Amino acid sequence: MHHGAICAINQVSLAVPTGKLAAIIGSNGAGKTTLMRALSGLNKPTHGNVNWMGQNITGMKPEKLVRLGISHVSEGKSVIPELNVQENLELGAIWRRNKKEATQSLEQVVTIFPRLGERLQQRADTLSGGERQMLAIGRAIMAKPKLLLLDEPSLGLAPLVIEQIFQSIRDLTTSMRLTVLLVEQNAVGALKIADLGVVLNLGKVVAVNHAQALMADPAVRAAYLGY
Amino acid sequence: MFQFINTLLIGITSGAIYALMAIAMVLVWRSTRVINFAQAGMALLSTYFGYEVMANFNSFWIALPVAMIGGALFAAFIEVVFMRLLVKHSSSGPIASVAPIIATLGLLGVIRAVVSMIWGGQDLRIEAPLSNDGFTLAGEVLVFSPMKLLTLLTVLGLMILLSILFQKTNLGLALRASAYAPEIARLSGIRVDAVRTLGWALAGAAGAVAGMFQTVNGSGTISPDSIEFSLLLLAGFIAAVIGGLESLLGAVIGGMFLGIVISFILIYINSGLFFIAPFIILLVVLLIRPQGIIGTKAARRA
Amino acid sequence: MVDELRVYQGALIAVYVIAIASIILLTGYSGQVSLGHGALMAVGAYAAAVSRIEFGIPIVLTFFIAVLAAAIGGALLGAAAARLSGPYLAGTTLALAIGLPSLANQFSILGGEQGIFFDVGFPPLSLGEDFTQYKWFFWIAALAALISMWLLQNVLRSRYGRTWRAGRGNEVAAQLCGVNTARSKILAFTVSAGIAGLAGALLSMTIGTVSPSAFPLALSFSLLTGAVLSGISTLSGVMIGAVILVAIPELADVIAHRLGTSESVTTNLPGLIVSGLLILTVLFVPNGPVEQHRARTAKHLASKKI
Repeated sequence: MHHGAICAINQVSLAVPTGKLAAIIGSNGAGKTTLMRALSGLNKPTHGNVNWMGQNITGMKPEKLVRLGISHVSEGKSVIPELNVQENLELGAIWRRNKKEATQSLEQVVTIFPRLGERLQQRADTLSGGERQMLAIGRAIMAKPKLLLLDEPSLGLAPLVIEQIFQSIRDLTTSMRLTVLLVEQNAVGALKIADLGVVLNLGKVVAVNHAQALMADPAVRAAYLGY
Repeated sequence: MFQFINTLLIGITSGAIYALMAIAMVLVWRSTRVINFAQAGMALLSTYFGYEVMANFNSFWIALPVAMIGGALFAAFIEVVFMRLLVKHSSSGPIASVAPIIATLGLLGVIRAVVSMIWGGQDLRIEAPLSNDGFTLAGEVLVFSPMKLLTLLTVLGLMILLSILFQKTNLGLALRASAYAPEIARLSGIRVDAVRTLGWALAGAAGAVAGMFQTVNGSGTISPDSIEFSLLLLAGFIAAVIGGLESLLGAVIGGMFLGIVISFILIYINSGLFFIAPFIILLVVLLIRPQGIIGTKAARRA
Repeated sequence: MVDELRVYQGALIAVYVIAIASIILLTGYSGQVSLGHGALMAVGAYAAAVSRIEFGIPIVLTFFIAVLAAAIGGALLGAAAARLSGPYLAGTTLALAIGLPSLANQFSILGGEQGIFFDVGFPPLSLGEDFTQYKWFFWIAALAALISMWLLQNVLRSRYGRTWRAGRGNEVAAQLCGVNTARSKILAFTVSAGIAGLAGALLSMTIGTVSPSAFPLALSFSLLTGAVLSGISTLSGVMIGAVILVAIPELADVIAHRLGTSESVTTNLPGLIVSGLLILTVLFVPNGPVEQHRARTAKHLASKKI
């Protein structure tokens, strides 16, 4: 896939088993965000296919992919500051036909992230960084996804908050039986909660293994884990 | 005393029409982040649709909804065919920020020319459905008639309806989300393109109401070169800006404000300032409070 | 023997060259959209005419007065506009364009709707008997156009021109480089207005009178169209826009005659063509034909190098 004249990712071939959390790590510019955007339909790949549940979804629009069960929490600003917390969450379920189930989802999100429940009527721009990230993830959950794409949720957050968020993500994966692709620069934190680990470098996959194995791998440790 | 009341009443009723145009412009702004300079041209066209219905069925109450539907359809057409093309072709280059302005101005010229070609040069009238005779109060005739009352009520009603739509419904949520953050909206499953077209359609309908009421409240004649049209052209934009561009309430307040101030300037200062008054008012407001009466500082990202 | 109509049109082209150049400066270089340049032209024209009639000022000086008056107007407008951007500025100048000419009806000195005369006198006898009044107009306008284009080109190439371009691209970045963007925007408005004032005075010279009807809203639109057609960010294509603008009414006439259309179609055809051209140009050739050509040749050369 290309960004202008630069080839951002080249020959990424990935297979993630259902119900598992895969951490995708790599340095800046490795192509992680591009990969996410290709999977959720925001960007169109120039070559190759994306397959989901037996269907070829290459090039499909994000609006459609949401209905197929793919939810993407994009990097950076992923809440709408002008809307309040409840509206942001309702946005996630806006396409769902069954309004009763949507209300149930809202209750589910509030249970997982009680802080959001306290602030339902507040404008999203009054929330702290960690709360915004919870809101973004909450919104993605409201769409009742089967695949959750998380792009750098720990960005800009304090270490304690990062731990909370990562823990919540782990709990979600297990309790809601989601398949999660977690892109992170915080490689240690991500690998700790992941089942599978994928290392991207300069647009290519350089390593795929069980998360524990990757954490033990000296080359990976030196390059990405800092020890 | 009565001059004061009458001036105020004149201001309120003309302000109501400006508010309608402002509502249309705010609707377009909120859904697509574009200031549609052609809005008044579209309103004019819709009014002619209304005229044709009047000519054939002689009922204002049929003409108005037809004009609204015609206006909505035309606006949707323009959004799909014209605006999307514009966004695709002009997102870079020295005139990127200026291109939508120029394009909608060109659109205004085209609509005006075509409308003139089809209907121009004739004296076409639309009869008001209600009396234009003023109410009497304490023996004096007020410049406020049943027709004007209807106009006022319609504007308020529209504002309330649209506000409910935006704030309380899922569709309204989709409209707002698509305007504030189209990418997030997409990722939430909203068909952002369709929603934007809807925004334009609503604006087209609002503009049609403005055009129709402007005509029957004024001389009753429609013409592309009329004073009423030039004023509609200007007033909608100015009222929307004064109100802050971000809320429908702001549009109504802006419209009322403009109408009342112009009215007082014309009657108490000099009626010859009719055309330059809007400019002065706009300038003063933008210099004192650039974000408009209701707007917030962040909202003015053009 | 050149047809008088062509000479007249030639003078008009010269006028439009100057007027379009003023837009190119303001919008192409400084990034500010003005729909009110018709009004600024009017200011220049009225200033020239009034100074001639009321004060008997010699012709050459009246043109300088036109430039000065319009420039002052531009400075005021620019000061107000410095805080505005994009559509807010466009709308404000639109309001000015609609409002200002109507002021002529307020002051009897300005002659109301009929306007006042602007008579530059007859060509000097030394030029011979065949030298008609229109030829005289043409040569004055053409000379003014040449001089002002040369001056403008130098200004645009100077550091002022660079400052304007810097402010246009990214105002914050320019400010961080120490550019006083507000002052530079006002300067752009002032210079642009002065040039427009000159064009206005020359226009009135050619038509013979100054009246509100000579400066309708359509004029401001036409100027914008002409600038976009010429290539809004460069001076090199000015002639293209000017020629097209003058050619359109003729073209419209020809089309109308060929098609045998009604009166309402004929009167509105020029407006339709101008607006239609504006849309097409903005959509498909937004940088103007000259830039487009330049970009294409540059791309071609670049690909060749590989």
